[in-house]
Amino acid sequence: MLRKLREDRSFQGAVLISPTLLFMIGLLIIPLLLTLVISFGSRAPDGTVIYGFSFDNYVRLSGVRTECDNGKSLCLDPIYIQILSRSLSLAFNTTVLAILMAYPLAYFIARAPARKRNTFLFLILVPMWTNFIIRVYAWMMLLRTQGVINSVIGWLAGLVGLHFTPFEMLYTQGAVLVGMVYEFLPFMILPIYTSLEKIELSLYEASADLGARPFRTFLRMTLPLSIPGVVAGTILVFVPVMGTFIVSDLLGGRQIVLVGNLIQNQFLIARDPTFGSAASLMLMTLTLIVTYFYTRKFGFGEEIVTA
Amino acid sequence: MNPHRRSPLVIVSTVLVYFFLYAPVVVLFLFAFNSSKTNVLFEGFITQVGPTEIVSGNVIRSPCGAFHWFCELARNVEVRNAARNTLTIAFVSTITSTIIGTLAAIALQRYSFRLKTFSEVSLYIPIVIPEIVMGIGILVLFSQLFTLLNNTLSLSGDSQLTLGLGTVIVSHIAFSIPFVTLVVRARLHGFDKAIEEASMDLGANEIITFWRVTLPSIMPGVLSGALLAFTLSLDDFVITFFTTGPGASTLPIYVYGLLRRIVTPQVNALSAVWISIVLVVVFFTQRLQSRQM
Repeated sequence: MLRKLREDRSFQGAVLISPTLLFMIGLLIIPLLLTLVISFGSRAPDGTVIYGFSFDNYVRLSGVRTECDNGKSLCLDPIYIQILSRSLSLAFNTTVLAILMAYPLAYFIARAPARKRNTFLFLILVPMWTNFIIRVYAWMMLLRTQGVINSVIGWLAGLVGLHFTPFEMLYTQGAVLVGMVYEFLPFMILPIYTSLEKIELSLYEASADLGARPFRTFLRMTLPLSIPGVVAGTILVFVPVMGTFIVSDLLGGRQIVLVGNLIQNQFLIARDPTFGSAASLMLMTLTLIVTYFYTRKFGFGEEIVTA
Repeated sequence: MNPHRRSPLVIVSTVLVYFFLYAPVVVLFLFAFNSSKTNVLFEGFITQVGPTEIVSGNVIRSPCGAFHWFCELARNVEVRNAARNTLTIAFVSTITSTIIGTLAAIALQRYSFRLKTFSEVSLYIPIVIPEIVMGIGILVLFSQLFTLLNNTLSLSGDSQLTLGLGTVIVSHIAFSIPFVTLVVRARLHGFDKAIEEASMDLGANEIITFWRVTLPSIMPGVLSGALLAFTLSLDDFVITFFTTGPGASTLPIYVYGLLRRIVTPQVNALSAVWISIVLVVVFFTQRLQSRQM
């Protein structure tokens, strides 16, 4: 045994990886398989799981009903499809907004003198080190009807003598969108910065020497070279937005139900782990499909690793 | 042409984004000193020092003066317990996942063995699936496993297996390992193997070479992996939320509970303390790392 450990390289590798495999199999692979098994089961009246093999939970997710109000034997209840499309469109909007905000900032830092870059990057990370929940709370304080933003606007309106009715901002779609962008913006900034920073400054000079104006340089050179960063950032933002339930819970006031909220409700309130498992697997499959096709189309950079 | 020149549009949007990132943080800090108990409007600082006096929801006087809410926070038993749990979980999971993850990085970067592709794929999964999916999976596993064990061993009362600190810690280890491995592998990638061969040529065996040559040179990577694991653990809400049990609440879970009820400036004081501590930790780790590079 000891001799094998000294001489057999493949055995050594297996020994080094074994604790990791233990954790990954025990707390990732088996849980995912169990989720799959349970999603085919059904719920007992006391909220426990009856194992079985039926696609009822998946049929329910698709919205097809066999018991209808109007006496028909088949009808469509689009509620879960609506939740899904709401989550997808929110994730899409968050990603687009994050790209629009992150790009100029990343560009600014990448073109800053080298010794200042780390400071600028550090300044992006500082708000990230407050807690996730605390950042949501900050936006609750800002967006409330009597909150900071309305107070400041009201004060400004008062200065010029205008009457001001506070905006209703908290518990709206917009609030959830702003909260999501705030939570995940740094994950967009860092990979875009990484890809922009790799562009040699001499390339900009060459482009200018050849007569290209700054805008043309940006369109023909900078933008194409930074696409890997945008792709990596998109994945790092899109995936967590699809699964987050706290932002919509606290800033959307439970009126804005996303896939994450649906799953959480099934486990903690409706107490139907089988349906929750089916929804959870659907979420996983969907995000994997989206990211797979997205990375296939645009290529995959090492930016996702360095972020 | 000066390559550092940037158009005014870029500069303006940069300033706006930094403002967007910092305005909420500034508000958090400011409201930690709010004299208003309801904490909806900022009604000025607490100016007088002395025995606590509250008039119509406003703290007029406090033994701690402007730092009234920080003192209240320090006296809050629930916060103290949650803080202790959070730190216990973070330290144990960071140390364990850093060791395990570093070993995995070495194995994947240096050795070939059966199940290598499987290991690599399984280490990627937690990074590319939403956190809630993993959280739900672990919850399902533990609840089914514990029900089974409690029934077959006919455990009852206090000896019953339940969700708690233990389940949270192992879950945190599991989701931190992939990130540690990723960071350490990146460092190993740029490491010159010739140095190790030189060490062996000079008569050191594998173990001495590892301790005296390999480990010191990948140490910056190991440290940033550990720092990442630590911040991930401190920040985690979703997985903790699904794997925690009675008496094992962490600070994020505690704050989430508060946000659904009444919020006093204590939460802001907590945020202020939190970010200060994290900044100090990060600052020292950065210093340590730059010295070792």
